[in-house]
Amino acid sequence: MSPEKMVYMTNQIATYFKTQADPDRAGKIADHLSDFWEPRMLEKLYAHVDSGGAGMDPLVVEAAQRVRRAKAA
Amino acid sequence: MKDFILPPLNDRDMGTPTKQGAPITLTIDGFAVTVPEGTSVMRAAAEAGLQIPKLCASDNLEAFGSCRLCVVEIEGRRGTPASCTTPVVEGMVVRTQTQHIKKIRKGVMELYISDHPLDCLTCAANNDCELQDMAGMVGLRDVRYIAPANAPLANHFMRQNTSGEANPQWLPKDETNPYFTYDPAKCIVCSRCVRACEEVQGTFALTIEGRGFDSRVSFGAKTDTALASDCVSCGACVQACPTGTLQENSVIELGTPERAVVTTCAYCGVGCSFKAELNGDELVRMVPYKNGKANRGHSCVKGRFAYGYANHKDRILNPMIRDQITDPWREVSWTEAMEFTATRLRALQAKYGQKSIGVITSSRCTNEETYLVQKLARAVFGNNNTDTCARVCHSPTGYGLGQTFGTSAGTQDFDSVEHTDVVIVIGANPTDGHPVFASRLKKRMRKGAKLIVIDPRRIDLVKSAHIKAAHHLPLRPGTNVAVVTALSHVIVTEGLMDEAFIRDRCDWDEFQDYAAFVSDLRHSPEATALLTGVDANELRAAARLFATGGNGAIYYGLGVTEHSQGSTTVMAIANLAMLTGNIGRNGVGVNPLRGQNNVQGSCDMGSFPHELPGYRHVKFPEVRKIYEDAWGITIDPEPGLRIPNMLDAAVDGTFKGLYCQGEDILQSDPDTKHVAAGLAAMECVIVHDLFLNETANYAHVFLPGSSFLEKDGTFTNAERRINRVRKVMAPKNGYGDWEVTQLLANAMNGNWTYTHPSQIMDEIAATTPSFAGVNYDMLDAKGSVQWPCNDDNPDGTPLMHVDGFVRGKGRFIVTEYIATDEKTGPRFPLLLTTGRILSQYNVGAQTRRTDNVIWHDQDLLEIHPHDAEVRGVKDGDYIKLASRSGETTLRATITDRVSPGVVYTTFHHPDTQANVITTDFTDWATNCPEYKVTAVQVSPSNGPTEWQTDYNTQAEQSRRILPAAE
Repeated sequence: MSPEKMVYMTNQIATYFKTQADPDRAGKIADHLSDFWEPRMLEKLYAHVDSGGAGMDPLVVEAAQRVRRAKAA
Repeated sequence: MKDFILPPLNDRDMGTPTKQGAPITLTIDGFAVTVPEGTSVMRAAAEAGLQIPKLCASDNLEAFGSCRLCVVEIEGRRGTPASCTTPVVEGMVVRTQTQHIKKIRKGVMELYISDHPLDCLTCAANNDCELQDMAGMVGLRDVRYIAPANAPLANHFMRQNTSGEANPQWLPKDETNPYFTYDPAKCIVCSRCVRACEEVQGTFALTIEGRGFDSRVSFGAKTDTALASDCVSCGACVQACPTGTLQENSVIELGTPERAVVTTCAYCGVGCSFKAELNGDELVRMVPYKNGKANRGHSCVKGRFAYGYANHKDRILNPMIRDQITDPWREVSWTEAMEFTATRLRALQAKYGQKSIGVITSSRCTNEETYLVQKLARAVFGNNNTDTCARVCHSPTGYGLGQTFGTSAGTQDFDSVEHTDVVIVIGANPTDGHPVFASRLKKRMRKGAKLIVIDPRRIDLVKSAHIKAAHHLPLRPGTNVAVVTALSHVIVTEGLMDEAFIRDRCDWDEFQDYAAFVSDLRHSPEATALLTGVDANELRAAARLFATGGNGAIYYGLGVTEHSQGSTTVMAIANLAMLTGNIGRNGVGVNPLRGQNNVQGSCDMGSFPHELPGYRHVKFPEVRKIYEDAWGITIDPEPGLRIPNMLDAAVDGTFKGLYCQGEDILQSDPDTKHVAAGLAAMECVIVHDLFLNETANYAHVFLPGSSFLEKDGTFTNAERRINRVRKVMAPKNGYGDWEVTQLLANAMNGNWTYTHPSQIMDEIAATTPSFAGVNYDMLDAKGSVQWPCNDDNPDGTPLMHVDGFVRGKGRFIVTEYIATDEKTGPRFPLLLTTGRILSQYNVGAQTRRTDNVIWHDQDLLEIHPHDAEVRGVKDGDYIKLASRSGETTLRATITDRVSPGVVYTTFHHPDTQANVITTDFTDWATNCPEYKVTAVQVSPSNGPTEWQTDYNTQAEQSRRILPAAE
């Protein structure tokens, strides 16, 4: 999966959750990623976040860090 | 192995339709019988086990009273009334076999037979002819009507009179339809065919031409043939015909069948029950089974006639392997094929990791087979890399309805439509995609139900014979969320919602948030009209009708799901149903029309990479434990790869092997070039199919599949109905598909020991709560059952969410419209959307290999006259269709069914390659591809594109098979 495609997909998810009134949108995005994304996709996501997260919605960056912490726990 | 006894075929014709009403008791020939008010005397007699002779009556048609054979005597009434048109009355005393009646009947039969050829022994309907049966029943021994020497008796069946002069009343056979023949010489003008076409199918293609002795059954105008007429070849007329006048060509060719097995159609998600009628193991015909609860005795051209693919010469019957996809295929034994495959797959896992291989389960195979394929991934491969074609069709239904109602299940049974007052059909074309459901819907519409169609195209339901939609909202592709949210806006701002239902059944706080959101003026039909192209007044009227018109039901298809906002539209639909209180009873509901025969079942069986059977996430240890205990392995708690992710990972080099059962991803999935690149990057692609499909061009192993006629199992249709599939002949390839998967599992040390699919169902029932009460004995006894079927619902669940939603309170979700990034512009100014046509199915692998190609031998591009004119495109011209993904060529057909700016095509033919055009945009939640919106340009063309030529060359090379070794 190209980084552009991954950024596009994650931003699509963020765009949806930003329309929701939920107080913890990053948490909702994190749950979604955790439930539906396969580990090697998540690895790519973490790598992109580590390298600055270019083009990525800040909510996705936060969600990615949360997923990483939760899965490591 | 256990022997299964087929259910007794209780499908006797009761003469007239069943009625609902207060009990009425009468006496027929001395027997007391009690039937509902409104029942005919004929049916009452049949209920008492007495058959009154009849010709023009059939219990799927309203009584007509034309043949006069069913006359009876009723105490206290004058004359001899027809029993089919006479309703029962309390205390009525009926005699069906008096001397007077018998004489009348014999006279009637004598007249019929005097104008009927007496070639019974060589007639295709011999031994399957009601005229013959009735002549026998009334004891007709003589026909006294003999022509005088010099004045031939007028008749319809002799081509020439005895002097050799042509008979002007004789008409030649109409053999234009590939599946049935109309022989006017044998017709008794009972009108059953005409009434079946009207009442059952709703097409009105047939009529009676002329009066009295000149009356003839006619396909529309006198000059029309069966093929040129409006006939959709559903077979209802052929089934209704009591003589050999309308006869299946297969019966003409093969003879009348002697045995019948009830089974389930392998085409669309309606899941019609059929009687497979055979001699030995030769299938003679498929006849819709009247006790089938999805179809109630009706069928369409595909299930009824298009089964010939099972014997097509293209079918591959031996396993084949090759080292490279550039090599020709080599036929090998099953043992060698399995050893080759197992060795390769294990080597890939050793080199690239446990998660480097996966499976795609088939929505065309049985529940049992699908269950085994996902079990292969989870228990033998040791990963969750399993997905199914629902990824590319109804995965947003799973997500959207799961979020709002708590389960992805469609809420109703098909019978529910008989209680509906207002129907919304959105993003579906039932007359083509789900024809038997469409017939049931049209029947309800003719009784007064109103219809709202939301579709970019003017589909047949918008207006056809004797039906007309109250509103058609021809939206721009990609604006579903805006339109459905605008409907809710009107309902909320005009105070038309069902507040009592919402307070009682839904989360009231969430509704408040939703109501505030949806009331915003930016969601009004006036504000969104520019965007959606839908007239605001029309939309307001549609919303008012749906909110106030009585029982409201929503039926939707892939025009809803296959968008960047597919999941959001499903939630918007669920909101609309909750808002109007249309959930939890007959005649209402949210009804996803599933595309393939067992796409519901393949989802139920745990085909998705994040869910075990019964929609339970792999992250839950208590769910994993059930399978870990049952299978003796450990289940990966992380979700696996979805189909688009598998292809991405393949291109990245981390996904190397795929077992693909009964699915042709190269043709059916979007962005063909990307799919091809993914497949080409894999080192072991196993295709398990009837034919060398397009995906097989990139395969290293081909495992021949079996047809639905060749195995036992179950399919689950769009109404969650589990129907039995029964083996009527031995697999031509040697093994049922479940056995092939087991061979592969065991070649990889799976130690599976199933000897019959019933054992697989027992395992499913033991591990999946919603299937706990299901087993083959029960299905044989009940015919079919809708899940959930367990201790709480031992007879299954026709209606969902009756007393409360599965998740507790129904949840309203804010559905903000977010435009797709697939936008028109100067380079690609038109929007392409795709769909299905009646005679073809999915990628066409089956239907293209039948006579159905007579109706649709190539995919055509529908384009509006305005768009065609400015591009210099004429009807039938070859045109080039280009998007940012690729380009292809096909022929254009000019029509105002599509709006200006919108073009449409089907994807049934691989040489069209419509998916070269579609892009890699997907639904935000589920990665379901956005098939329904692609920005394109259309220009005149001379012939195939370079891609098409290259593709065909590669395909031809790839399909070479080495001659078997001497």
